[in-house]
Amino acid sequence: MSTSHASPRETTEGTVYTVTGGDWDEVVQSAARADDERIVVNMGPQHPSTHGVLRLILEIDGETVTEARCGIGYLHTGIEKNLEYRTWTQGTTFVTRMDYLTPFFNETAYCLGVEKLLGIEDQIPDRATIIRVLLMELNRLSSHLVCVATGGMELGATTVMIYGFRDRELILDVFELITGLRMNHAFVRPGGLAQDLPPGAVDQMRELVKKMKKNLPEYDKLFTGNPIFKARMQDVGYLDLAGCMALGATGPVLRSTGLPHDLRKTQPYCGYETYDFDVPTAETCDSYGRFLIRLEEMRQSLRIVEQCLDRLEPGPVMVADKKIAWPAQLALGPDGLGNSLDHIKKIMGTSMEALIHHFKLVTEGFRVPPGQAYAAVESPKGELGVHVVSDGGTRPFRVHFRDPSFTNLQAMAAMCEGGQVADVIVAVASIDPVMGGVDR
Amino acid sequence: MSDANNTAGDSGDVNPEKDLSTQNLPGQRGQGGEEIRVQRGMFGANNGGDTSGYGGLVRSVRLPGPATRPYGGWFDEVADELEGALEEQGLLPDNAIEKTVVDRDELTFHIEREHLVRVARTLRDDPALRFELCTGVSGVHYPHDKGRELHAVYHLRSITHNRLIRLEVSAPDSDPHIPSLFSVYPTNDWHERETYDFFGIVFDGHPALTRIMMPDDWQGFPQRKDYPLGGIPVEYKGAQIPAPDQRRSYS
Repeated sequence: MSTSHASPRETTEGTVYTVTGGDWDEVVQSAARADDERIVVNMGPQHPSTHGVLRLILEIDGETVTEARCGIGYLHTGIEKNLEYRTWTQGTTFVTRMDYLTPFFNETAYCLGVEKLLGIEDQIPDRATIIRVLLMELNRLSSHLVCVATGGMELGATTVMIYGFRDRELILDVFELITGLRMNHAFVRPGGLAQDLPPGAVDQMRELVKKMKKNLPEYDKLFTGNPIFKARMQDVGYLDLAGCMALGATGPVLRSTGLPHDLRKTQPYCGYETYDFDVPTAETCDSYGRFLIRLEEMRQSLRIVEQCLDRLEPGPVMVADKKIAWPAQLALGPDGLGNSLDHIKKIMGTSMEALIHHFKLVTEGFRVPPGQAYAAVESPKGELGVHVVSDGGTRPFRVHFRDPSFTNLQAMAAMCEGGQVADVIVAVASIDPVMGGVDR
Repeated sequence: MSDANNTAGDSGDVNPEKDLSTQNLPGQRGQGGEEIRVQRGMFGANNGGDTSGYGGLVRSVRLPGPATRPYGGWFDEVADELEGALEEQGLLPDNAIEKTVVDRDELTFHIEREHLVRVARTLRDDPALRFELCTGVSGVHYPHDKGRELHAVYHLRSITHNRLIRLEVSAPDSDPHIPSLFSVYPTNDWHERETYDFFGIVFDGHPALTRIMMPDDWQGFPQRKDYPLGGIPVEYKGAQIPAPDQRRSYS
């Protein structure tokens, strides 16, 4: 090799030069090292285990993920822009569709923001606030159930999927009874609620609590100690406290690092400081810890629901201020929820002033003093923040949702890189992103 | 305001000089706030045919202006600590903090954009401040706020001290640059991309400022006020319902 870097060799095909030495050795060696296993894989946007239209771009070397990136925006619907062309009240109809698994949290966060701008936080009737808490906690249950159910399904455990959706159905039945809809309720309105609880709702909720108390331990029995489940989830999707802080992760992801940060405790809203409940944490920083936290949070939510049911007293569910309160009395007709016939009869038949008032408030809406406000609630996924800006008009000037799914999904790369391809599914499921909330 | 009226009425002592002072006049939430809109007329009758008699009414709509000390509660403590910490770094607080607004129990620091990163780092690192969690950035477009049309609003949460403050930074439309907070709060990676995508605010120093929601080849910045919502008229029960942005606006 010292004599020549390209030694000639005579063959039947002619002279063959074998190039060696110098830089070529390195080139040849690295070419041999870069094996054909390293490929870039597009997972999604249409993939059953990416939680909706999430696109994961994975660079994999064999079974190992070397780089992971997210492509989002496939479900962007321009809700924030649309809000600027509707009245403040109509806004709830839009925001409820953002994270479609947590409609009551979106609505309540938005309404808390609007009420802060209006300066009427103290005038919200107790009953309205208690029902908001009640619905939010039931919603937390249903959201966590979907998370556990779909997460299990993505591991191949269809039993947990059946169980989760079975129990979620019970909760959606209650939502349907109360709001008329299973999702996208637009039930929480600036100033209170669209209407009071229908007859029989409290009884059905008590029945539900009883049933859930019986069903929730089943998840424990089936999965908490299940060796396959544990093998798939323990130490997978690892993100420690420093990572959570840097990436702004909140919710179960943050609490799985042992930090008991829960806005319901630290910055109570809707009177959460008066309820008795615990904030579960885990020290493991992994998917299994997040799963355990969700299970425990469901039990705690049931506790809050029970306390709410005990506290319900008859009373108004809308602010007394007639300049803000929606004038229409809603009633369930054969074609769904709408203005009650009695109300129509009154405004069309007997009171011109009531008709004008109804017309003005419904078509024009109420004015909100100029300024900005930030309201945040602890959604099942983390801190759901709403930044609302008013220019003194009847329409929002700007509404921005800080959706926890959006922020937490950034942690996907940190959780997945260096792990196995199969663990990507587990890690993403443990973040529990809902693309409706991520893309808005 | 109502108090002022009542006292004047009760005593029967009318003093126009005093009663017409700024703080007694309705509709003023402090001077010096940005004018965000000029309201003309009333009742939404703004395209001719106004018979309300209010057609000539011109009212300037202003956002809350700067607050004066004391701000109340822990606001003073945070403001003191921040100003002190900036002074220690040899930065005059007045140069960095354009104004401080207290409104609706929320504390807002308006920061000059060239000092944003330093202020944010101070807020994060100073043990007395310790705002560890940034909940992202929200863009707001004020087309009538000349010279500072684009605002970036950050909400910082301190888990240690259980506090929440707001930083607001503005940039003119002609030079839509704001330094990126990615180096201080990595969580702002996607948030800044989103704000760039929708408002066209260029966050200098962001590692990969690309569109995040809209397609990569999208033209324009959809959430600016001059960007139309779009939509088509829809027929409903025989009537043509105009697209949402073509309907009558009462604002």
